[in-house]
Amino acid sequence: MGIIRASQIKSPWILHFDNSSCNGCDIEVLACLTPLYDVERFGMVNMGNPKHADVLVVTGPVNYRTARVLKNLYSQVPDPKMVIAVGTCACSGGVFHNCYNILGGVDKVLPVDVYVPGCAARPEAIIDGVVLALQKLAKAVGVAK
Amino acid sequence: MNQVWIAIVAIIVAPLIGGLLAGIDRKITARLQGRYGPPLIQPFYDFFKLLGKTRIATSRTQFIWLYGYLIFMIAALVMLVLKQDLLLLVFLLGFAGISFVLAGFSCKSPYSHFGANRELLQILAYEPVLLLMALGVFATNGSFMISEIFESSTPLLAKLWPIFIALLVVLTIKMRKSPFDISTSHHGHQELVKGIMTEISGPYYALVTLTEWYELVLVLGLIALFWANPLWVEILIALAAFVLELIIDNINARMTAGWMVRFTWAVGLVLCILNIAYLYFMKGVS
Repeated sequence: MGIIRASQIKSPWILHFDNSSCNGCDIEVLACLTPLYDVERFGMVNMGNPKHADVLVVTGPVNYRTARVLKNLYSQVPDPKMVIAVGTCACSGGVFHNCYNILGGVDKVLPVDVYVPGCAARPEAIIDGVVLALQKLAKAVGVAK
Repeated sequence: MNQVWIAIVAIIVAPLIGGLLAGIDRKITARLQGRYGPPLIQPFYDFFKLLGKTRIATSRTQFIWLYGYLIFMIAALVMLVLKQDLLLLVFLLGFAGISFVLAGFSCKSPYSHFGANRELLQILAYEPVLLLMALGVFATNGSFMISEIFESSTPLLAKLWPIFIALLVVLTIKMRKSPFDISTSHHGHQELVKGIMTEISGPYYALVTLTEWYELVLVLGLIALFWANPLWVEILIALAAFVLELIIDNINARMTAGWMVRFTWAVGLVLCILNIAYLYFMKGVS
């Protein structure tokens, strides 16, 4: 069904999960929704429910308590799904990487599709990351231009 | 045979109109908030995307109720376009609403149960107004048939304007807009997770979206009945009501469920009862 595949890259609904971030990246993720950046132009909507989401946007380093929650949320997102690690901490653990309670980046727990580095990641970079994830999805479902 | 064709065309065209109206809704809302907004056909993208997602079953009973919601809604729409009994249409709409509530109650998630409870409160708020609207039409035309409305020369709005105002409140509840955005958290995505929609995902979410488009067209159709002749005024009055709802949605905060029931009963119900009482009083005098 071509129309379904074409629509899959036109309406990414986002689930935002904060591991143990300092809230810097979270504020930047929310900044994407403001009139200045307005990600709804691309059909992106911030969802509060993993069952309705397509893209899991994760900020902050994974610690032992949030790893379980993160896996649970990921398993509730229906396929096809994408995971984006936003911020240096989510990519590699950042300044927290040696802490006793930190597992490391998100890729220690989930298969990450796109890494968005930066401390904090700028809204432009986050939007760019989502677009990159959609291109990857387009390639996977076979509607890449 | 002609009637069958009218019904088929209505079933095909209504979701297209509903989806387009939903797109206009998102665009106008974005502009009112100073944003650019998604493309006009974004609701169709969302719909087809949801069809392509995997199915997650939390409860099989839920799916049956969701199909019931769709089928009762289509039946009510067919009643409207074939100009059948208005009272029966209101009952079908009630059955559709109850099916949706039962879908919410049929899985174990507490968020879904909360949403279903609130949806029940919504039905409690708008159902009496709809019933009294049918009664008001009976008081003016002496018949529940919608075809009679089209035959009378004076528009219903002349005699039933208080009921019309009450029906605008019902439209806000049915569109799940502020201040009556109670059961699904249409705008506040994080409150109650997603209310009654929490456990409805993927293709079944698409099914509910489709039903909501039918519902929107149906309720706008009921509003259009208040100025049934000529056709262009009918369409204009429905569109005006729609735009009015968008503005009300954007200038209002969301209220609680208890406030909604008190408001619709105190304002909507009183307006309806006064209207009908006045009509019967005038009939007694003449």
